[in-house]
Formats: sequence, structure tokens, C-alpha cells
Amino acid sequence: MSIKKSYEEINEKIRKGTAVVLTAEEISSMAREISPAEIVKKVDVVTTATFGAMCSSGVILNFGHPTPPIRMERILLNGVPAHGGLAAVDTYLGATAENPDNCRYGGAHIIQELIEGKSIELEAWGKGTDCYPRKHIKTRITLNSINEATLLNPRNGYQNYNVATNTTGKIKYTYMGTLLPGMKNANYSTSGELSPLLNDPEMRTIGIGTRIFLGGATGYVIWHGTQFNTSKEKNEFGVPVSNSATLAVIGNLKEMSSEFLRAAYYEKYGVSLFVGLGIPIPILDEDLAHRVSIRNDQIETTIMDYGSPGMPVLGRTTYAELQSGSIIINGKEVRTAPVASLKKARQIAALLQKKIREGKFELTCPVALFPKNTSLKKLIDTEGGEK
Amino acid sequence: MKEVTRRYILRFPPQSADKALSYRLIKDYDIKINILKAEVRPGKSGSLLLELESLPANIKKGIEYLEANNVICERLGRKIRFNDKKCINCGNCIGVCFAGALTMDRKNWELHFEPEKCVVCELCVPACPMNLFQINFHDEEVVA
Repeated sequence: MSIKKSYEEINEKIRKGTAVVLTAEEISSMAREISPAEIVKKVDVVTTATFGAMCSSGVILNFGHPTPPIRMERILLNGVPAHGGLAAVDTYLGATAENPDNCRYGGAHIIQELIEGKSIELEAWGKGTDCYPRKHIKTRITLNSINEATLLNPRNGYQNYNVATNTTGKIKYTYMGTLLPGMKNANYSTSGELSPLLNDPEMRTIGIGTRIFLGGATGYVIWHGTQFNTSKEKNEFGVPVSNSATLAVIGNLKEMSSEFLRAAYYEKYGVSLFVGLGIPIPILDEDLAHRVSIRNDQIETTIMDYGSPGMPVLGRTTYAELQSGSIIINGKEVRTAPVASLKKARQIAALLQKKIREGKFELTCPVALFPKNTSLKKLIDTEGGEK
Repeated sequence: MKEVTRRYILRFPPQSADKALSYRLIKDYDIKINILKAEVRPGKSGSLLLELESLPANIKKGIEYLEANNVICERLGRKIRFNDKKCINCGNCIGVCFAGALTMDRKNWELHFEPEKCVVCELCVPACPMNLFQINFHDEEVVA
């Protein structure tokens, strides 16, 4: 009879310091030698991680009330607009919000500077009410001077992502990096066999309430991410061959480190935030042991032409090929480059592994699992507009 | 006088491309030559990106010799500066670096910058999302 383990059994081992914890890369290598049945017996937890630009990120801030109080309806942080429709002194600052006078500087930079202890100029306006008479304030804040700073990212940790190349005659500047004309390079994201959702593709253990590593602190999965799509084609190894599931995550910015949250600016695209994400996967049974054993040569992804309208598909490749330095597209050898840091992802997976081994990080059973059979809707252009 | 290192792009007319000009630079003017990029085809025009290391007077004479042989010599004052301390090793820059100055170690996935291979094409400057590459416009002389 096959072995099954419970979260409680695994957590008991973690508390005793006897849990066997490997990174997803270590298990992929080990799986060449031993079977999933043996893996369940030997291994309790596998750590996964990624460190890439995740545009759908941001922070909830509560500034505290000044005297006299103000109902902040328009808010600027170092000139970057933050949301003014969230009560009196709460705001949500999106990582991709940009300073209109300097598009290279945005929400992600504010997030990083707050973590680094820098002071930020806050300017806000309100119309003035009986209970919030003040109409304007200009002051400075730091991470310590404000009440809450909560990182809340609606879409992180994409399960797989496309390879971007450019067949046109013009250089294209994209969120997938600089794409040279004539398919002279191809860029890929995700950490392949180390990537969280590629190691638990059916999301049996990653769901609402899953405790994770987020930006250097402990965070949680709070929902399925936006653009969550489970209808994408899967290959024979059970992983989707293009971008599909996503995660919404939350954590305390005050405990995070700029080593794992870094502001970025992509030329002629805009500001984004590199987010460090690490997720432990409990090896509850043979199926999960089999899933985490997946290797880069078994994970496929789709090559798309980011230079042409509609981004036509040019083919398919594996992460083993992508990480080798070149791939073949339509018979042509094309150099590859990552746009997410595998070095950082490995660092996060190792950190999480150490925390679990030391009994400082226990695993959580999801409170609820994610929806099945989801697909994406298109935005219908009913009124027209500039294209 | 101290030896200096200077970079030049040499453009050869077809009639000069076959001559052993670099040999003369070494032999007659005592200049150490490092070829960073070469496009020389016999019988056709070509170009060379060279790093020349010698006493300034020797380099000056060497360049005069080249110019007397119809070689167009353009001094490269620009250099790429890389602030590696803030690098996150994402890899965005390596795809655009055709000179091979920026490469990824595919074992530890760390970025490597070899300035001597850089041809100052400047594509890494906008490609880096951390803005860690800067063009140094100073006509800087590296003391050897």
C-alpha cells in the first residue's frame, strides 16, 4: 500500500527538526535515481522559488491621521499617484504607477525605498468635510512612521510563461526585455523546475491560506491570482505549456528586504517590481512526489513573436533548451536569455529549506482550493478608440 | 611617461586591408595590441576595434603611420561602466550583448562582465531593468 503523510505528521517532524527538506532542483536530480514511492518515504518537503518582475504588485498603506484630519482624495508619494478612493488615510500604491514627470520612477521604487528606510514625500488633497476639514497636507513618511504597510500582489508566481522573440525589422522594448530585430534573441522567464506552480500543477497543496516566503518575510496566498487560467493545454508530463495559473499573495512590507523586492524600469515599457516568492510543497503522497520530480527537459513553453500584432505562436521549447543558451525557432538558432534571476530563486529556495529544517517555518493546509476550469475573457471594444 | 591603454576603431580601405599593419604597430612602434572585434576580408574594406597599449608618444606615431596608409582611425572615448553591486543576475542584458562581454555562468547563474570584450554598442544600457550600465563619455586613459 502506498504511503500517505498528513500535514500534521510533516509539521511534527519540522518541530522535532527531523523533517527531510530538499529544493525542487535537488528532488528533480534525485528522481533520476529513485521512484516516487521511495521519495515519499524519504522526503517530507520540497521548496520552490522564483524571482522575477511581477507587475501586478502593490502595497496597502495607512498613514495615520494628521491634526486636523484630512480625507485624502488625491495622493502623491514622491510625485507618484497612489489610489485616492480608499477611506481617509488608506491607500493602495501600485508597483507600476509612474511619476508623470519621470516615467522611470514609480510605485515599485517607493516600495523599495520604504523598505530601505528612506523618507518619502507625501502630498494629499481633500475637499474638506465637517469631520475631515483639512484640504491639503505635505509631509514626509517612513516605513516606521506609518501604521501599516502590507504588500498585496493580485497576480504573482505565474505558472509557466511564454518565450518572447521578435521577427520584425525593428527593435522592440517589452516587459520581456529588449527584443532585437530579425529574431536575434529570445527571452524567457520563470525558474523552470524550481518554479512553484510547475511543481504542484494541480494546486493540491497551494491554495488559500498557504504560508509562503514573500519578499524576505513570511507571507500568505490569499486567493487565486487574477487572469487565473486552468484551461491551457497541458503536456504529457501534466504541466501547462504557456502562462496559466497565478497567485494572489500578501505579506508585511515592514518585515521585507530589498534583497528580495527590487524596483525595475523596462525601457519604453515602464516600472515593475521584482518579487521573491518561495513556496514549500509537502510530499503527502506518490502523486506529489511524482509532480515535484519534474525536470527542465519535461517542462515546455510556447515561443511567441512579441513584435507582431496578436503575438503569433512560433513554436515550443523546453526549459532545458532555454537554459542551454540557444533554441531553434523555425530552423534558426536563436540565443536565449533569462529575464528572471535563477540565482536569486535558488537563494530563496535554499533559505526556505533552511527555515523549515530549523523548525522556523511550518506548512499550512489550504483553507480552500482554487477554482477549476477557469478561462479568460477578452475586453470587448464597444466604443472604439485610438489603436 | 607611463603606458596608457586607448581604444580605436580602424576603418580600412580595400587596398589597405591586405597589409600587415598590426604587425608594424607592434614591431616598429612597440604597441601591444588587443583585437576586440575584427571584420577584415582580403580585397574588401574592413574594420578593426583595437585596444592599444604603449607610451602615448608611441601610440601617436603608430596612428600617424596608419593614417599615412589610408586607414581611418577613430579614437573611442566611451566605455561602459557596470555597477555590479546592485546586479540581481536577471539576465536581461546578455541577450543583447553580441560582443560576448556579458555572459551568464550557466552553473551558478551569475552574470559576468568582461569589459575588454565590450564594443560599446550600448544595447545593454536600456536593456538593464536596474539601470546599472552607464556610458562613460570621458576620454579616459587607463593607466597600464
